[in-house]
Amino acid sequence: MTTATQNGTRKIVINPVTRVEGHGKVTIQMDEDNHVTQARLHIIEFRGFERFVQGHFYWEVPVLVQRLCGICPVSHHLAASKACDMIVGADSLSPTAEKIRRLMHYGQTFQSHALHFYHLSSPDLLFGFDAPVAQRNVIGVIQAYPEVAKKAVLMRKFGQEVIKATAGKKIHGTGSIPGGVNKHLSQEDRDRLAAEVDTMLEWGVEGLKLCKDVTLASAEKLLPFGTFESNFLSIVREDGCLDLYDGNLRAKDADGKIIFDQVKPEDYLDVIREGVRNWSYMKFPFIHDRGQEKGWYRVGPLARINNCDFIDTPIAEEERQEFMALGKGRPIHATMAYHWARLIELVHSAEKMRELLADPDVLRGELTTTGERRDRGVAIIEAPRGTLIHDYEVDDNDQIRRGNLIVSTTHNNEAMNQAVRVVADQYLEGQAEISEGMLNSIEVGIRAYDPCLSCATHALGQMRLLVQLIGPDGTILDERTRG
Amino acid sequence: MRDKTVTITIDGKQVEAKAGQKIIEAADDAGIYIPRLCHHKDLPPRGHCRLCVVKVDGRPRSSCTIPVEEGMTIENDTEELNAHRRTVLEMMFVEGNHFCPSCETSGNCELQAEGYRLGMVVPKLPYIETHREVDATHPDIFINRDLCILCGRCVRASALQDGKTVFAFEGRGIEKVITVNAEHGLGETLMDVADAAAHVCPTGCLRTKRVGYSVPVGERKYDHNPIGSEIEQAASH
Ligand code: SF4
Ligand code: SF4
Ligand code: FES
Repeated sequence: MTTATQNGTRKIVINPVTRVEGHGKVTIQMDEDNHVTQARLHIIEFRGFERFVQGHFYWEVPVLVQRLCGICPVSHHLAASKACDMIVGADSLSPTAEKIRRLMHYGQTFQSHALHFYHLSSPDLLFGFDAPVAQRNVIGVIQAYPEVAKKAVLMRKFGQEVIKATAGKKIHGTGSIPGGVNKHLSQEDRDRLAAEVDTMLEWGVEGLKLCKDVTLASAEKLLPFGTFESNFLSIVREDGCLDLYDGNLRAKDADGKIIFDQVKPEDYLDVIREGVRNWSYMKFPFIHDRGQEKGWYRVGPLARINNCDFIDTPIAEEERQEFMALGKGRPIHATMAYHWARLIELVHSAEKMRELLADPDVLRGELTTTGERRDRGVAIIEAPRGTLIHDYEVDDNDQIRRGNLIVSTTHNNEAMNQAVRVVADQYLEGQAEISEGMLNSIEVGIRAYDPCLSCATHALGQMRLLVQLIGPDGTILDERTRG
Repeated sequence: MRDKTVTITIDGKQVEAKAGQKIIEAADDAGIYIPRLCHHKDLPPRGHCRLCVVKVDGRPRSSCTIPVEEGMTIENDTEELNAHRRTVLEMMFVEGNHFCPSCETSGNCELQAEGYRLGMVVPKLPYIETHREVDATHPDIFINRDLCILCGRCVRASALQDGKTVFAFEGRGIEKVITVNAEHGLGETLMDVADAAAHVCPTGCLRTKRVGYSVPVGERKYDHNPIGSEIEQAASH
């Protein structure tokens, strides 16, 4: 089946069997000695955001943008609201509004991280990614670890309840509005959630321990898996603290040296550019003064934990220190460390929710503030998957004239390509046939980045894949499907 | 003046009505709700929307325009009439561009509320997917024509209550739209946010700017009680 070709290169294509919006495919280019020469993840991204928002009134946008993405609507809701704060001149929110929005955000982060870990990635970690697909899925987890699975479901539910209590609904919520929020937390919701939050934190800590133990137990195998070095981007608080809801941009290089720091959201275009490549619909953002070749970066849990100086909740901070010790003074670069970092954030979110649910400000106080009207609003939030940028220009009639959006999966575009390349290097090198193990490894590598692709978030946690081995002349040399 | 009363029957219930009253008003007084959209208690009836059609002695008539007469037998809450009303509503939905989950008027919208009350589900008729022009020229009020059901309430309120004649209809059939008496939009008219016309629209079409989603889910007009329940409850004691 190995066909020698003119330039001696062959190509493996991994394609989702069922094409749904948001799917991608992977192509792996190999030379005649079966060395990987190039790997690409092709993602069909939602485009047309500009047209989608144009002409709408700015106050509609926080609700409207939830239609963009069924995977993290709350992040879009909050990012757009923050951009609207700038438009209505609400430079500082009332304590009540800020706290209710944060509660909503931590609820969202908690449920999203819980879903990702337990449903999507714990099978990879618990059974090893060489395990048969039949076992390596959430059903397998339910059978082998029924307690873990049950807790996962309840954690997710808790996060969704927090969203409902603050946003009004689990999806298409309206709670966050320009300049603040539209309601307090009801005493009833507060009491109900406060009664459960300690358990949530406890389970979060258990989950983190499980993830850490599993990772360390097979560290030699897991940590080099799909690993490469990169820059990191996130927002941090003014004092360098981890802040998932608000802050300024910071980028660090592979050695952990600051590239830029405290760049205000409205100045993001000074430091970040969006590159395009002819083979992909998705853009390739990069740090401007490092250039497209060297300036790409990673976002998300790993970037945030690497970037911040400390965490302002005690358990997460202790865990951060333990995690960072692994890097011996350098950032952690392991792809599989994303899971560990994600669970540190899950614990942090639970600690934050506990704090907020004990705060009387969420029950009473000023809901909105305003100030001098502006014609541009830019906001950055750390969505569960990473940095999310919303940028709007508004005309005198209050209508959106221009909008720009950079989602976390786009920031991580190059990184996911790199992950695929490294995994391919490690696992496919010298192999002439497509094995189940190859497929699994590539899938696991991509999934660590928790991309918002429908194929990557399939209910059973398996990506449906089609793999083709293609020669340089375009002929299919081998083919394998799954899902 | 007119103290004379007449007796009519609505859905088998005997109702005393004031002579000269429209059927819909007599029903309201008796605590019987007849679905409606173009009718507004402070405005003269026009009979535009056909949602209030009842059967009067077996014949379909719009209850907002027909006065009561002694001995009338009226059918209102029947499966046949409600099915007809659902079709009327469906036509309104497909002739506009309505996506309730993200609409700022959701929960306060009479069109949506009638849909819920009458058990309308997803329209079977094909969507027309309109993209009519939004008029955002006024500093405090906007017109989102894709949500207009051509009920004419704003036209009447502006002319009769505000004495301004800001609104009018233009075009025919499917091309018919609500328009303003000014070349460059609502901002050029005498319209003021305090005018009656600014507060009568049954849908999200003619609305006050920057109100947006300030009323939380759970506190909106129709979140707990269906449209018409205020009429049914007022007369129930
Ligand atoms: S105007 Fe009413 S029916 Fe139309 S989308 Fe808005 S809420 Fe729904
Ligand atoms: S703008 Fe509103 S009140 Fe005026 S005709 Fe249209 S739906 Fe009726
Ligand atoms: S309410 Fe009678 S026709 Fe509209």
